[in-house]
Amino acid sequence: MEISREEILHIAKLADLKINEEELENYKKNLEDILNFANTINKVDTQNVDISIGTIENVNVFREDEVVPFENEKGLLENAQDKEDNMFRIPKVI
Amino acid sequence: MSKEDYDIVIGLEVHSELSTKTKIFCSCPTEFGGEPNTHCCPVCMAMPGALPVLNKKVVEYAIKAGIATNCTIAKESKNDRKNYFYPDLPKSYQISQFDMPLCTNGFVEIETENGPKKIRLVRIHIEEDAGKLNHDEYGRGSLVDLNRAGVPLIEIVSEPDISSASEAEAYLKKLKSILEYIEVSDCKMQEGSLRADVNVSVKKKGTDELGTRTEMKNMNSFRSIVRAIEYESERQIEVLENGGIITQETLRWDDVSGKTFSMRDKEDAQDYRYFPEPDLAMIRISDEYVQKISKTLPEMPEKRKARYIEELGLPEYDANILTSSKHLSDLFERANNVCNNPKAVSNWIMSDIIKILNEEGIEADKLPFSAEQLGKLINLIDKKTISTSIAKTVLEEMTVNPKDPEEIIKEKGLIQISDEGAIKEIVLKILEENPQSIADYKAGRDRALGFLVGQAMKQTKGKANPQMLNTMFLEELKK
Amino acid sequence: MELYELTVHELLEKLEKNEITPEDITKSYIERINNKEQDIQAFITLLDKEAEETAKNIEAERKKYEGIPIGIKDNICTKGVKTTCASKMLEDFVSPYDATVVEKLKDEGLIMMGKMNMDEFAMGSSTEYSYFKKTKNPWDLTRVPGGSSGGSIAAVASNMLPWALGSETGGSVRQPASLCGIVGLKPTYGLVSRYGLVAYASSLDQIGPATKDVEDCALLLGLIAGHDKKDTTSANVDKKDYLAHLKDGVKGLKIGVPKEFFQKGINEEVKENILNAIEIYKNLGAKVEEFSFSMADYMLPIYYIIACAEASSNLGRFDGIRYGHRAKEFSSLKELYVNSRTEGFGDEVKRRIILGTYVLSSGYYEAYYKKAQKLRTLVINEFKKGFEKYDVILTPTSPTTAFKIGEKSDNPLEMYLADLYTVPVNIAGLPAISIPSGVDSNRLPIGLQLIGNHFEEDKLLQIAYAFEQAFKFREKYKPDFKK
Repeated sequence: MEISREEILHIAKLADLKINEEELENYKKNLEDILNFANTINKVDTQNVDISIGTIENVNVFREDEVVPFENEKGLLENAQDKEDNMFRIPKVI
Repeated sequence: MSKEDYDIVIGLEVHSELSTKTKIFCSCPTEFGGEPNTHCCPVCMAMPGALPVLNKKVVEYAIKAGIATNCTIAKESKNDRKNYFYPDLPKSYQISQFDMPLCTNGFVEIETENGPKKIRLVRIHIEEDAGKLNHDEYGRGSLVDLNRAGVPLIEIVSEPDISSASEAEAYLKKLKSILEYIEVSDCKMQEGSLRADVNVSVKKKGTDELGTRTEMKNMNSFRSIVRAIEYESERQIEVLENGGIITQETLRWDDVSGKTFSMRDKEDAQDYRYFPEPDLAMIRISDEYVQKISKTLPEMPEKRKARYIEELGLPEYDANILTSSKHLSDLFERANNVCNNPKAVSNWIMSDIIKILNEEGIEADKLPFSAEQLGKLINLIDKKTISTSIAKTVLEEMTVNPKDPEEIIKEKGLIQISDEGAIKEIVLKILEENPQSIADYKAGRDRALGFLVGQAMKQTKGKANPQMLNTMFLEELKK
Repeated sequence: MELYELTVHELLEKLEKNEITPEDITKSYIERINNKEQDIQAFITLLDKEAEETAKNIEAERKKYEGIPIGIKDNICTKGVKTTCASKMLEDFVSPYDATVVEKLKDEGLIMMGKMNMDEFAMGSSTEYSYFKKTKNPWDLTRVPGGSSGGSIAAVASNMLPWALGSETGGSVRQPASLCGIVGLKPTYGLVSRYGLVAYASSLDQIGPATKDVEDCALLLGLIAGHDKKDTTSANVDKKDYLAHLKDGVKGLKIGVPKEFFQKGINEEVKENILNAIEIYKNLGAKVEEFSFSMADYMLPIYYIIACAEASSNLGRFDGIRYGHRAKEFSSLKELYVNSRTEGFGDEVKRRIILGTYVLSSGYYEAYYKKAQKLRTLVINEFKKGFEKYDVILTPTSPTTAFKIGEKSDNPLEMYLADLYTVPVNIAGLPAISIPSGVDSNRLPIGLQLIGNHFEEDKLLQIAYAFEQAFKFREKYKPDFKK
């Protein structure tokens, strides 16, 4: 199967990644290879088969509604490179 | 063609914050306010490696809301990721529900000019709120505060059954009142705990084909929603009448200019790439659980209204207003428990109390005095300790200086004069001063009696018993 | 014999008898690291000074494991110590909290010797995709150690660590363990908490031990297993004593061998070796039977679709705002995102994000992602049927022995084939172990994989132990750091 350049660019945009001309060809080829290979799964009949999201059979795993403050609040902001007034700075959002 | 040739079709997606103590997926407090980024932990700040754990109360509250709006409660439900990049969404995905929401197929009933109308609900699902973007006062960008990130929300999606701005308003008020009644949300609009995405389209009367819709997101005042719907539907009709077409888009409502604007930065249609959240387990809800929750639900507004009319003998008009808000209705019930005079309590609430609420911009649970104190005040009138007009003075005092009404009366010497001798003295004095009124009365002008009573009240600063004055004036005038 | 050559259970024995102190152990390992790390390049962050200091201060009255060093794969969060995921994106990242497994190890008094190299964000099978360095295979320094937990595994294989934690998404502990001649276990999904493991593919990820022998594997599993309220997918099952049946042998146990795992793509020497291992099991009294595993051909597609889809979402949080690489040049919010991510992620990570985004995007979701999830059900069912008949399933761990550095790094699809035999286990959430079963003609280790039923790690370890004791790999072969 073939994937168009536009499609790759659209996907990159959805993923917030930039790809240059050289990478574009490369990714296109990789993606086509992998998807061609992946297409074998369409040979399997999956009518009446349920999906599996994971493999655990846990249901109704809940937490009680009780406040537990996080003990290292300061540590949460220490990795931010641009902050002010205890907030993270980003370019102006309209 | 004109406006009258079109039907307006409105669908609402209402987001209501649930009043849990902690966030939906972590144990951080949901409390409003607080220094930025202090109600946070690795989970709601999306630190690498952190995992969500669902708050039990969120599921319970959403199911309550579902039962109260006549929904079918899902036997099996799950969470899904909705992927998009925005700085108020630290994980880059919102945990929401896609194809298996907790509640489906409900309805709420609203009052319209043409009688009651059912507004059908598509679904109610749970999801997490986003953080807040603040503007840097030095103009160097925006600042991200994640205290709100992860606060639990339910999204209530209506069918496009709403056909006017006033119906939309009635629907929203009804939803708000239901959520307050079942105590799952505070519905404080100014804190953003109730907000709506509004979809509007128009279609020519008599056609089945729906028009293209536009959407206005995150509206948080009833007034803006009404104005926005009115503006937007008229704008669409005008475009169509001029041979134009409506583009499906998200618009921004500007409250100041009273207009909607296209949000130009939207380039592509969003592709949220929903998929089942692998970090959370399935939710399975038994019939027993739903029954158990049903039993804990309080009396809903309709029932209360019926009871007010049938058992307490209130006019439908009163019952409607009183039950429109749980807080108001609770105030009524508790005051009436003290004085057992429903009509009087209702009158007081609908006049003086509502005036106070409007002036102060508060809900009935935030009045400075208690419902019991209001009940006592009415008791004092019933026992003729004070007159209605004195009671109004006492209520004013209670508002600034919340104390028991008895105490205020004693302090201010406002006890009603009911002594026959004292009243007679006043009556005679007033008659002497107003011979013209005696003549008027005798000439058949009944109004003169009212004037005389008024004069007597004025001289006694309202303390004289008005009934006794009335009787005694009549006696004297007939002499 | 040097202390660094011993297993942990041997060290514990010596500690117990007061023949050695924790300080001796730490010193011995640090000396070994000083000798070998320049060749192997297994550590991203080395905590030798801290380890020495901690070991020095251990009092005579100590907990059983107090003073035993351990290495932690660098995608497991450690408070106050960098957790880089071997990515430029997290080059300077310091987690504000400890992963649950790290908390557990600290509680037991283990000494963290360092954070171990890996493929960036655990995406790879050779540890060549690390942003920082390429780890070498101790048996041949021109070859890869496998991956993604290559640093953890190579460090144990070269005796720079007595044991280490790795993580698995599709074989990232077992495959390098096989290529480096040590023991690697992937526990049942849900047995070990994922809280604090930087997510690659949430429904497949699991932390696992890398050890010198099966007994150590049982010990380390015992330390990290158990229910965690912070991880919804953590199983609420009673923890087992993994030593209880370790030495019970295999007499009468049934081993299933899926014939499809010996057909396409397998190296002849590997095949021969595994067939030989089967003979050993037969001699030990196990019943071995061949069976057909019909889903074998679909494993890699299912795996890559699901893993990449989840990864594309899990890696969205790296945006340069709260932590991680932040681009210097940007003029808008969008540019901040795009530039930070484009600069911060390596090639393979981007490739998987793009693949994952593609299979989730509208129009392809049903054909790829949903289809793969349905096939996942079929895989689970097929294994279920297998375990109705067999106690364990036996396969090679990897179709080949260690390959040359650079040999596959430019061909993603070729690299993906290295996971052929390991991914089915993650897809079905099963436990599996890789143990060394010999060497090929280049003296490169070969690994034998045993797959168990859910939460039957005890039986798995028991069956692995029997082979280990019969074959005595550690006595026969040692890595020779060939240049």
